[in-house]
Amino acid sequence: MNEETTTPNRRDFLKSAAALAGITVAPGILLYSVSQAKPADQAVTSEQRWGMLIDVTQCTSGCDECVKACAVEHGITEATRPEIAAHWIRKVGLRDKQTGQEYSLPVLCQHCEYPPCADVCPTGASFKRTDGIVLVDKHICIGCRYCMMACPYKARSFIHETLENQKPHSPRGKGTVESCNFCVHRVDNGENPACVAACQQAGHEAMIFGDLNDPYSQIAEKLKTIKSTALRADMRLNPGVRYQGL
Amino acid sequence: MKIRYLLNTLGQLGIGILFSLVVQADEPVTSQHVPIPDPPEAKQHFSAEQACVEPVDIIRRNHGQFLKHQRDQTMHNGVRTQQHSLVECINCHVTPDDKGNYPSIHEGTQHFCRSCHAYAAVTIDCFQCHASKPEQATASQ
Ligand code: SF4
Ligand code: SF4
Repeated sequence: MNEETTTPNRRDFLKSAAALAGITVAPGILLYSVSQAKPADQAVTSEQRWGMLIDVTQCTSGCDECVKACAVEHGITEATRPEIAAHWIRKVGLRDKQTGQEYSLPVLCQHCEYPPCADVCPTGASFKRTDGIVLVDKHICIGCRYCMMACPYKARSFIHETLENQKPHSPRGKGTVESCNFCVHRVDNGENPACVAACQQAGHEAMIFGDLNDPYSQIAEKLKTIKSTALRADMRLNPGVRYQGL
Repeated sequence: MKIRYLLNTLGQLGIGILFSLVVQADEPVTSQHVPIPDPPEAKQHFSAEQACVEPVDIIRRNHGQFLKHQRDQTMHNGVRTQQHSLVECINCHVTPDDKGNYPSIHEGTQHFCRSCHAYAAVTIDCFQCHASKPEQATASQ
């Protein structure tokens, strides 16, 4: 209770202090974006909750820039059989049976506030970081795949084959389950996830990423003014990924 | 009495074997002997006073603990300091040969981690998931 009322005030103060510093130190420099990167030795906190807003009206049906960028970023290569390929993000096509209207949208781990994957995990490998990012600690995962059954969004993949040449920032291997990690290595560095960057670069601007708890972040400002949907909101998992125009 | 005598002799034998091993260590490494680990040079020193991120005797003994602590800190708390990070160990200790080839984690003794672990018969599975080469090496393949 207390926290809810005090946090914004503290934030306001920090924000205006940052703005002041910006004016006096170097007017051209945006301290706002710098402030997102936390110092490397600091732990993440629940002051932040990372989220994503996907504007379905801006997402084109033939485009898969986000999917490609994800594969490059995490070194996701093709499997020997398509049935066992890993998918962290998929392009999904929807069609309204009544009107015939079609939508195309990326679906990834929704980073649920109440993640069923973590609820069912017998080892504690599936967990939610305090800043809302849902991860698999592959050091602990035994590959039982309960989480894959529990996830209502089909967001998780099991790695069936021995992998080679993994990326240093994205360790992946046989016998464990994985899913979108919001590019946690980039987020901890104050950068956007690779899919969001790729979508912007392609000029579509269909995805924005940011801190849902920060009332001044681009994503929070936008969520305040537009109508957004959570996929399968009836399950009340409160996902961190929201859709606009669905 | 007899048993004690037997044990004593066995003990002496053991010491004898150990001693001969030590003598062998001084000989040049040949295919007949177990090759003594000869880990490759690191890229750079941690500081002017200290070669590695911890004093050498400490890091030799405790690198497993340092790495495990760091792994939990990074995984669960998003702490991304470099001093005890596996990625940074690899960046500094795994270097290409004259032809620009990086040593393999699966065979030979040229990979920094492998050079000792093969000798000590320790099977580590870090590199089933983690990159065993620096980023540039992975990118160029
Ligand atoms: S979308 Fe699936 S994998 Fe992601 S947090 Fe929710 S239940 Fe877990
Ligand atoms: S596969 Fe791994 S992460 Fe998923 S429920 Fe089993 S132990 Fe947990």
